[in-house]
Amino acid sequence: MAVMTYREALNQALREEMRRDPRVFVIGEEVGLYDGAYKVTQGLLKEFGAKRVVDTPICESGFTGVGIGAAMLGLRPVVEMMTFNFSLMAMDQIVNTAAKLHYMSGGQFSVPLVIRGPGGPAAQLAAQHSQSMETYYYHVPGLKVVRPTTPMDAKGLLKSAIRDDNPVIFIESETLYHLKGEVPDDPDFLIPLGQAIVRREGTDVTVVAYMGMMYRALEAAEELAKEGISVELVDPRTLRPMDTETIIGSVRKTHRVVVVEAGAGFAGMGSEIAAFITEQAFDDLDAPVERVTGANAPMPYARNLEKLKTPTTEKILAAVRRVCNANGS
Amino acid sequence: MPRTVLEPRFQVEYLSILDSEGHLDAALEPKLSPDELRALYRAMILGRRLDERMVRLQRQGRLGTFAPIKGQEASQLGSVSTLRPTDWMVPSFRETAAMVWRGWPIEKLLLFFAGYVEGGQPGEGQRDLPIAVPVATQLPHAVGLAYAAQYRGEDAVVMAYFGDGATSEGDCHEALNFAGVWHVPVVFVCQNNQWAISVPLKKQTHSKTIAQKALAYGMPGIQVDGNDVLAVYAAAREAVDRARAGEGPTLIECVTYRLGVHTTADDPTKYRAEEEVKMWEQKDPLTRFTAYMRQKSLLEDGLEQQVDEEIALAVERFEATPPPDPLTMFDHLYAELPPHLVAQREELARRLREGGAPEPDAPAPTPRATPMRGQRLTRR
Repeated sequence: MAVMTYREALNQALREEMRRDPRVFVIGEEVGLYDGAYKVTQGLLKEFGAKRVVDTPICESGFTGVGIGAAMLGLRPVVEMMTFNFSLMAMDQIVNTAAKLHYMSGGQFSVPLVIRGPGGPAAQLAAQHSQSMETYYYHVPGLKVVRPTTPMDAKGLLKSAIRDDNPVIFIESETLYHLKGEVPDDPDFLIPLGQAIVRREGTDVTVVAYMGMMYRALEAAEELAKEGISVELVDPRTLRPMDTETIIGSVRKTHRVVVVEAGAGFAGMGSEIAAFITEQAFDDLDAPVERVTGANAPMPYARNLEKLKTPTTEKILAAVRRVCNANGS
Repeated sequence: MPRTVLEPRFQVEYLSILDSEGHLDAALEPKLSPDELRALYRAMILGRRLDERMVRLQRQGRLGTFAPIKGQEASQLGSVSTLRPTDWMVPSFRETAAMVWRGWPIEKLLLFFAGYVEGGQPGEGQRDLPIAVPVATQLPHAVGLAYAAQYRGEDAVVMAYFGDGATSEGDCHEALNFAGVWHVPVVFVCQNNQWAISVPLKKQTHSKTIAQKALAYGMPGIQVDGNDVLAVYAAAREAVDRARAGEGPTLIECVTYRLGVHTTADDPTKYRAEEEVKMWEQKDPLTRFTAYMRQKSLLEDGLEQQVDEEIALAVERFEATPPPDPLTMFDHLYAELPPHLVAQREELARRLREGGAPEPDAPAPTPRATPMRGQRLTRR
C-alpha cells in the first residue's frame, strides 16, 4: 500500500479507469490544460489527449447535458464541477434527466455518469461556495450519492462510481484534498457503493459522521475514551442508497446515537438517519437520537463566524455526554 | 482610431420552394423519387389524421394530455426524412409525425400519452431519444450524442427539435454554443409555430428571426417556409450532408403555425385571434403538397381510408393493453434494485395481495393496538 493524498488517490482512480476502459472520459471547466481547479485531473490531458480530457465553455448545465447525451450513446463520462455549488446551474439536467432517463425510457437508456467535485464547508469560501450539496441530491430517486472520507475511500469509491451503470453524485472536499492516507495499489481495488464502514469500534454510543465531521468525531472519541465512554464511529460513505443495516446494527449494540453533519440540520442527513433508526430500532434506543449540525444559516465569510456555524469537536463531545447521561439504561 | 465595420457582414437566407398557392420554384425543387414523394405524402396525411384522432380520444377521456401537431407536419417530416436509421433523432414533446416516420408504432405513442412506461421506450437499437417534456433540456443531450458519435468514429448525424419558446431557455443557448465550439454534427430544427402557449414570438425575442441567432454561434442559420415540405427537405438535406461531411452544425428555423391547441389542456381562443388562425389555414402544408402531388399524378386513391384503418387498428391494440402492473413502479429506477426499494416493492406487493391499495377517500382503517406511553414493548 502506498501513502498518498486524497487528491492523488482521486487522480489515480481516474487514470486507472481511463486506461482500463476507453469509454471513460473527463469533461468540465479547466480540467485539461489547467489540470483542474484543484489539480485532481493533473496530467490526464498529457496522457489521454483532448478527446478524452475535454475543456468546456463555462456552463454547468451545458456540459452536464452533453455528458448525459454521451452516456446515452454508451460512453462513461466523468463530469467535473469546479465546486459542487456550481451544480445548482445543472440541477434540471441532473434531477430531471440524468436521474429519470433510465426510468422514463423503460430501461432502454442508461446514464452511466459520474458528476464529481468538492463541496461542503472549507476555508472562508462564504455563503455560495460552502454548501453541503449532498442534501439536494440524496432526495432524488435514480441518483446515487457518495461522500468519501479517506484517500482509500476516495479511490475505491470513485472507481466503483465510474463502473456503475447509474448516475452517481460524488462529492469530495477542498479541506481533504491534501490529507494523506494508505491506498491500495491494485488497479482492481474497489469499494462497493452502498456500504458503510465502522471506523472505530465501541460499545457505549454510536456516532454517525462523514467527511470532515468524521475527523472531528474521531477527536471527540479519543477524548471520551479518557472519560470511560466507548464510542463506535460509523461512516455511511454512500448516502444513497444508504447502508442502514450497518448503522442499525451498531445502534442495537450501543443503544445511543449521535449524528453529525456539516450542513444545516433542517431536513438534513441527520433527520433521515434519526427517522430510520426510530422506525427500525426504536425499542433499542436508551436515549433520543441527537443531531449535531451546522447552524441553519448561510455560511458567513468571516473566519470567526464560519467556525461558529460549523459543528465543532466540543459540540460533538457535549452531545455524546448528553445521550450517555440520559435515563433508560 | 476610427469606428469601423467588421468583416464578415452577415445575412440570413429565407427559403421557399412551393408556396401556399401551389406555385413551384422548379430550379430549387429537391430531387425526390416518386416513391419518396409518396412516402412523404402518406406520412403527412397519417400525421394529420392521427393528430385529429388523438384529440378526439383525449376529449373522450381515453388519452391523457398531449401536444397536437396540426399544421406542423411539413416542418417535421421534411426534416426527419433526411435522416438515416443510424442517425439520431432528439424530439421535444410535439414530434408525433416525426416519431412515426422514425418507426415508433402508433400504439406506443398512444400508450405514452396514456401513462404507460412502454410508450416512452424506444425499440431495441432505435436511435431516437424519448420524448423530452422539460423545455430545451434535450438540446445539450443532442450535442453529447454527436460528441459521442465522433468519439466512437461513427458518421451519425443528430437532429434535434425544439420550438420558438425553447430558444429563450439557457439550455438552447448552451447547446448551440457547445455545438459551434466543437463543430459537432447536429442539425437544430426550430419549429417556430408563433406561440408558446399564450406567449407570442414577439414577446419571446426581440430578434427579427430565430435563424440569425446561429451566426453568433459561428454556424449557418437558415429560415425556411415551414409549411413547405420541399423547402424544409431541401434545407435539412443540405444541413445533414454538411454535418456528415464534418462541416459542423446548422440551425434551421421552420416558420410554421400551430393550428390547434398548445396541449389538450388549453383553449387558444382565449389568447389569439380567430382571423390569425384563418390566415394560417390558407397556408396549410397539406393543401399545397396535395396540389403538387396531383400535378405529378402521384395521388393514390383511398389513401385516407387506408391510413384511418391503420390508426383504428393501433387504437384497438392500445385499448386492449391491460393497465400497468403496479409493481413495475420500481423497475428501471436503478440498473439494479437497491435494498430500500426491494423493501418498498415487497410492501406494495403485500398490500395488493391483502385486497389492494385503499381508495384515496376511503376512511382510514382502525389502527391496530399500539402500546401506550409508558407501556413500551422492549425487545431486550
